[in-house]
Amino acid sequence: MTVSATKTTSTAKLLPSPLNAWFVAGWDHEISAKGILARTIAGRPLALYRTGDGRAVALADACWHRLAPLSQGKLVGRDEIQCPYHGLRYNAAGRCTSMPAQETLNPSATVPSFPVVERYRYVWVWLGDPTKADPGLVPDMHQLDSPEWAGDGETIHAPCNYQLVLDNLMDLTHEEFVHSSSIGQEELSESEFEVTHDESSVTVTRWMRNIDAPPFWLKNMRDKFPDFEGKVDRWQIIHYYFPSTICIDVGVAEAGTGAPEGDRSRGVNGYVMNTITPETERSCHYFWAFMRNYRLESQLITTQLRNGVHGVFGEDEAMLLAQQAAIDANPDYEFYNLNIDMGGMWVRRLLERALEAEGRLAALPGS
Amino acid sequence: MADSHHILWQQAVVDAVSDVAENIRRIVLRPERPCAIRPGEHVDVRTTIEGEQHVRSYSVVNAADDGTHLALSVFRTPTSRGGSVFMHSLQPGQSLEITQSMQNFPLRIGAPSYVLLAGGIGITAIAGMAALLRRLGADYRLVYVARSRDAMAYLDDLAAMHGDRFEAHIDAEGVSLDVRALVGSAPEDAEFYMCGPIRLMDAVRRAWTERELEPTNLRYETFGNSGWYEAEPFTVRIPRLGVETHVGSDESVLEALERDGVDMMSDCRKGECGLCQVKVLELAGRIDHRDVFYSDRQKEPNTKMCCCVSRVVAAEPGTDPTPRPTILTIDVP
Repeated sequence: MTVSATKTTSTAKLLPSPLNAWFVAGWDHEISAKGILARTIAGRPLALYRTGDGRAVALADACWHRLAPLSQGKLVGRDEIQCPYHGLRYNAAGRCTSMPAQETLNPSATVPSFPVVERYRYVWVWLGDPTKADPGLVPDMHQLDSPEWAGDGETIHAPCNYQLVLDNLMDLTHEEFVHSSSIGQEELSESEFEVTHDESSVTVTRWMRNIDAPPFWLKNMRDKFPDFEGKVDRWQIIHYYFPSTICIDVGVAEAGTGAPEGDRSRGVNGYVMNTITPETERSCHYFWAFMRNYRLESQLITTQLRNGVHGVFGEDEAMLLAQQAAIDANPDYEFYNLNIDMGGMWVRRLLERALEAEGRLAALPGS
Repeated sequence: MADSHHILWQQAVVDAVSDVAENIRRIVLRPERPCAIRPGEHVDVRTTIEGEQHVRSYSVVNAADDGTHLALSVFRTPTSRGGSVFMHSLQPGQSLEITQSMQNFPLRIGAPSYVLLAGGIGITAIAGMAALLRRLGADYRLVYVARSRDAMAYLDDLAAMHGDRFEAHIDAEGVSLDVRALVGSAPEDAEFYMCGPIRLMDAVRRAWTERELEPTNLRYETFGNSGWYEAEPFTVRIPRLGVETHVGSDESVLEALERDGVDMMSDCRKGECGLCQVKVLELAGRIDHRDVFYSDRQKEPNTKMCCCVSRVVAAEPGTDPTPRPTILTIDVP
């Protein structure tokens, strides 16, 4: 008799964040030359601002001297930030340009300045090894600033580990229970889904054919086709991109008009753009937007969709808060996995590989 | 907040030693807690000098990617502060205490171009930067100067590795560096990183200021161990405290006073922070200012000095009709 070895897996409840990765530090409009934004990214407090010529800057938010928060200081000159405490000034490279009561500058006086890239309406920051900060690694969120798409979004300060948000978005069967009044329907958990992955992305595809459109989608169909009645084919194609961006291709089309085969002309298509930036172990900045590729001229629809998704994501936020609280209140219990977690488990696998490459997997609970 | 400045002491074992130039020994260490090391970082080492523990800083010349091995190169001068004598005595298998590497001289990634200048043993801080810039395909120039070829560690390796981007200037071979020409030829937006004797760095600083280049683009690291003159022994006095003591050529005023029990304030011990400044009351000799804390304007009247690095040498021959012993009379905070 052979006994096969039992592999016990541990699904992390608090996943650390990789550092060799681009994370969104803020919306383009949040970071300005008029003031300094204080925001913690992956445990690192940052002071975010723009230079006089509009370039975004991310400095460690602690003065070299006595660690006073630079974000409470002010912007001076062409590209400098002045410490609110003793007036030391730093330029965009984080190099001290002025010290009180001396005629020279201590050559060691610098604060870390992190690589920044501005793309898709976001300012992205790289906290890890700067020699690896390749702008080509910024996840594709092109719908956010493409002339072929319209829409807008918001930021949720989510009181949970960022991985819980990724779990939430990689498996949309929760819509039936969490979002029953808007986008939920029982066909979500009844339909098959397919998962694929490569070294930096995971895709989960689900088609629900010949079903009734839930209220949110019926409204969208009628924005484009005012007289629409009848059944739809509905799709959800979830694209995860390392480290924590999830763009979900969603929509419905008149049933049987060929949408699953590629002809979406009798339907409406949206993209739910999500990118999640870890803040602390138990909190994250969740940047989202809903983009559409029809009725681009309608600001009314943009506002309605943003408000609608705001309501839907409010339901997620309440669940994530309750889930994190329950995790913390039950420290002796582990996570178990269901078939529906396939996509989320591939995301964890890619993140854990990245953490391992950074030598930080040891920080994983239970490993 | 400096880039990485936690002082974490650990054991390290000497893996190998070899002579890489006249009086320069390469020492490869295996630290107990390896971590990746970036160019410009240094480790502090606890050295034992005549039974006493002292801390000395040495640049990491290069290291394994995962930090399991790191190499230092230590120059032993005739007027060594003692640390280099200890370092040259190390043998494979011996263990010593070092810190995890610390960063006071970070190389910024992404500058449009770079000039790297190393004088003598200063190559230890610069070589790693050049290697990284080469790997990244950056636009850089590596300039290495010394008195003689024998004194230049890694000369052939660097020439082979950096090809056209490398140039050596060797005084003994009649190809001394023209500092003004070097600074004059640097692109406007170049970042300039240098490590070497204070004469060289001062000359670059002056040429940089003269050309009105962006001051913060001139980066340098000093360990405060070179001066305008060779170190000489002298006497230091603090009349208010009734102190008079001898300063050997291998120790600083600060160390001599501490040894004598004077309660001294200091921090960086490399002439940067200004905490160790003392008032000069009387001077028989000349001050050799070795710090970067005072401006030239402040150094000139010789009324204050940074006693962690600056020294006194005998008055210029012929200037004093009745030659006297070299004595520095100071007061301390």
